[in-house]
Amino acid sequence: MYPDERVASFVMENFIPVRIHVKEQPEAFQRFGAQWTPTVLILDPDGRERHKIEGFLPAAEYLAQLELGLAHAAFARNDFAEAEKRFGVVAASDDSEAAPEAVYWSGVSRYKRTSDAGALQETNRTLSSRFPKSSWAKKASVWSG
Amino acid sequence: MEISWRKDVDQALQDAKRERKPLLLDFSAAPM
Repeated sequence: MYPDERVASFVMENFIPVRIHVKEQPEAFQRFGAQWTPTVLILDPDGRERHKIEGFLPAAEYLAQLELGLAHAAFARNDFAEAEKRFGVVAASDDSEAAPEAVYWSGVSRYKRTSDAGALQETNRTLSSRFPKSSWAKKASVWSG
Repeated sequence: MEISWRKDVDQALQDAKRERKPLLLDFSAAPM
């Protein structure tokens, strides 16, 4: 994943990167609950876990997951405009497996930002149209209003 | 571009607070 120039640039631009090797720091695996490699955790600056990626992913999917992590971190600090923007980047891709999740959370972010329930209903329509078999479409189905 | 990996989690957490940046913890078994 990391030899990819896009991934390396994205990581350096957006994160403080820490590599923990199983043979060098086994106690850190226990401390953060990592049970398999590769596992990537995204923590906010206060050390709270905001996103977890387990297993290898090709570069494009990995980048989408990193963007999801940044979006979830923004959501957690109540920066709903930033969260909506970052979820929206992933949601715009029809190819990414992360897109349905991103559509869902982009809608939730918009709702949190605007208090407009129409954002949730629109999210349900988008998911049922673009990703009808996804679990995220099922989750959003309660917003059919 | 190469990633400048750090090894000290607690130092990185302090830097994360100061720089207001999230941490990426990569748990690996690959040869270093």
